[in-house]
Amino acid sequence: MPVFINVAIILAIAGYAYFQGLSWAVKTRNKQVESLHSLPHYYGIYPALTTLIPALFCLLGFMIGDEIYIRNEIAALIPSAISTAPEFSLTIQLAQIKNVADGIIFGEPEQWMMVAGQKWSALQSNINVVASIMAIGLAASGAVFGQTRIQAQFRARNQVERIVIIFLAASSLIAIITTIGIVVSVVFESLRFFQLVPVTEFLFNTTWNPQFEGAERAGSGGANAVYGSVPLFAGTLLISLVALTVAVPVGLFSAIYLSEYASPRQRALIKPIMELLAGVPTVVYGFFAALTVAPFVRDLGSSFGLTVASESALAAGFVMGIMIIPFVSSLSDDVINAVPQSLRDAAYGLGSTKSETVRQVVLPAALSGIAASVLLAVSRAVGETMIVVMAAGLAANLSFNPFDAVTTVTSQIVTILVGDQEFESAKTLSAFALALTLILITLALNMFALAVVKKYKEQYD
Amino acid sequence: MTKMSHPQNSGQEPQTLSPAIARERVAESLKKRHRNEGRFLSYGRIAISTALLFLVILFGSILSKGIPGFFQYYVTFDVYLSAEELDPYGDTSAQSLFDGNARGVLRDGFFELLDVSGRKNKKAAGKILSQGAEQRLRQMVVDDPSLLNTTQTITVAVDDDIDSFLRGFISRDTPEDDRRINDITIGYVDSLQEMGRVSYLVSDYLFFGSASRNPEMAGIKGAFFGSILTLSICLLLAFPLGVGTAIYLEEFAPKNKITEFIEVNINNLAAVPSVVFGILGLAVFIGIFGLPRSIPLTGGVVLALMTMPTIIISSRAAIRAVPPSIRDAAYGVGASKVQTVFHHTLPLAMPGMLTGTIIGMAQALGETAPLLMIGMVAFVVDIPGGVTDPATVLPVQIFMWADFAERMFVQKTSAAIIILLSFLLVMNAAAIIIRKKLERRW
Repeated sequence: MPVFINVAIILAIAGYAYFQGLSWAVKTRNKQVESLHSLPHYYGIYPALTTLIPALFCLLGFMIGDEIYIRNEIAALIPSAISTAPEFSLTIQLAQIKNVADGIIFGEPEQWMMVAGQKWSALQSNINVVASIMAIGLAASGAVFGQTRIQAQFRARNQVERIVIIFLAASSLIAIITTIGIVVSVVFESLRFFQLVPVTEFLFNTTWNPQFEGAERAGSGGANAVYGSVPLFAGTLLISLVALTVAVPVGLFSAIYLSEYASPRQRALIKPIMELLAGVPTVVYGFFAALTVAPFVRDLGSSFGLTVASESALAAGFVMGIMIIPFVSSLSDDVINAVPQSLRDAAYGLGSTKSETVRQVVLPAALSGIAASVLLAVSRAVGETMIVVMAAGLAANLSFNPFDAVTTVTSQIVTILVGDQEFESAKTLSAFALALTLILITLALNMFALAVVKKYKEQYD
Repeated sequence: MTKMSHPQNSGQEPQTLSPAIARERVAESLKKRHRNEGRFLSYGRIAISTALLFLVILFGSILSKGIPGFFQYYVTFDVYLSAEELDPYGDTSAQSLFDGNARGVLRDGFFELLDVSGRKNKKAAGKILSQGAEQRLRQMVVDDPSLLNTTQTITVAVDDDIDSFLRGFISRDTPEDDRRINDITIGYVDSLQEMGRVSYLVSDYLFFGSASRNPEMAGIKGAFFGSILTLSICLLLAFPLGVGTAIYLEEFAPKNKITEFIEVNINNLAAVPSVVFGILGLAVFIGIFGLPRSIPLTGGVVLALMTMPTIIISSRAAIRAVPPSIRDAAYGVGASKVQTVFHHTLPLAMPGMLTGTIIGMAQALGETAPLLMIGMVAFVVDIPGGVTDPATVLPVQIFMWADFAERMFVQKTSAAIIILLSFLLVMNAAAIIIRKKLERRW
């Protein structure tokens, strides 16, 4: 039975339980007001919740668990002759069986595979029936349980509120679960990668060349795969530096102008317009970089007699710089505004001009916040994906010339993981190792930014 | 200047500095200081104008490329809808029409108009029509079978090469061998134009077509519905969970290590690059839980996790802005803690929460990288009917089109970008209006 029919039935039972409880409570109250502990609707909500919660959890459990259970069952059916072969991959084999189960059959599958496929569909339909029966059964018994609990002196409100608070607390755990999920998904695969490729090669080798593993095995691929991440990090650094040379002066001076010089009307007009830059999707920036800026930079370079790669770091970095201007400007604007007016007044009192006040009093006072805003902009630039995927190319050159084509960590991750992957190969796993380093770098930048703010924050008043 | 000479100087200075000289020096330095002041102010002005200039160039380049993408060239001619040819089995079923010779019928009508004869000429003239024309002809017959065996005027799109030629991107001065269309074809296009049969109309393919490798037939309909489905899942998950988390942390959570840990986690998640959420989706939702790839359900869950920190942070700020006096008043008339929160604090904090949610949804609508990782790049022709059908979304569609080589895809991509940006603009404007209209200053 499709999931949504199950859900609809459970909802119907819950609705019935709600109205039953409510009408009982209203009747009781009409007889004698003070006999009821809580407001009537709590006597409806309570049985509705006892109906919904166990049943929906049961369905969710089945939805998550069934695939894992079936995979285990089916894995046992794979003949040992195949599962002990050196090139055996459980994931691929299971995917093939799943295809057979779904009726997607290419050519003539082997006998055992047909059997496994049939077993798969049989298991799936059995589990679906069991899940429906269990969930609806739980819903019905939950409704009955809720109905028997409610009596005039039953503290329905307290019970309902307890459930609500538990739900709120549980939802706040999602943040932790997500973090754990990220760590699990990245760390384990990275560890497997480091079993295949030494950590020292990954960190210090200056060549990035993930050959196709299959080609290597077949003997047709010439060179060995080399996973030295140095060129990727150098490329990321180069592009981020270009971005910062665009974004920091423009963003910082815009912030100074907006907070110190602009009239309130100018400020109210310009600030949201500048923030539009932050709202433009990165794929749009990528398109702009690849189609407008990159050819322009190339033509400009060649008119000066320079050879500029058509996917130059300069073009990608420049557009990324445009993207992070609002990050620098609005964060800096906030910290400059937070500098107390008394400091400025004191500087004016000593005869400083406005620019002297800004340079010698306001900026030093706001320096920690400005540094933090730049660090946050760097972390944004390092993690930015679409601009570099579309405009920076894939050539893993170790170069600090902004006219060359370079590649970045994020664009390699996307290139490796998008589309069909070779399971279990060092190439696929390398993306997880790259992601791990990427997470560590961005987290370190953020923590550093927060630490800077905390440590050097001037305390006023 | 050494340290030794310094005391001597400072010893002599007060004697020689008469008020007149001092005034003069101040006046001199004041000139310099005012020049500095002017320079500093102009730095600020230059910075602002640079940022605004970037914005103008960005939008200008996209608008100038994209507005022509909303239009394309069509050609109009008469076709005799022969029942025998179009509907060989005589039941106007999809199969029958598919086996019928729609292409032949179409070409017959077209060749008659241009008076084409000879194999070579027919081949050249046939290149003018888009492949989508046959589909349109079949659809016409399905919609109204009584049209069979009558002569109808039909307007169909021209092939993308012809479209680019008509827009002037393919020049007739280029040597014939270097162009994608030959001289005979150009001759026919010219005579069509002389007859007034070529028209430049709003592209219905852009709005009602789906993914296609033929640029003249490509449209955003599928991606649009994919985006709606994905965002619905994202909203259904992220809004209750985000608001729930915010309420718990602000109103109920005890101040202890666990709460602190949750807060640290939320701040860190807000800083994690979006591509990492794609890896999470790939490894956990697809790898461990066995959700299928390329479906809005998986995409929505990943985007929900990504946008939750935004919603949590803005909702907490909104709850914190509700003054304690409101809560005290509620307690005073005997409300319980939960009642106070849900009946009094939450309604007052709702505008702020909605603003944060809309901004989070706008983020999710524009997000590409994590969806690439979970396989929403699949080439999906069908319109997704539910959250478990393979689908793609607008930004990913833009990414895919940007990769194609045909000239016409540049315009279609820019047109799709304009559509995406207008949705984002509407969402952000809604956020601003909600904030302005409903926000209360305490």
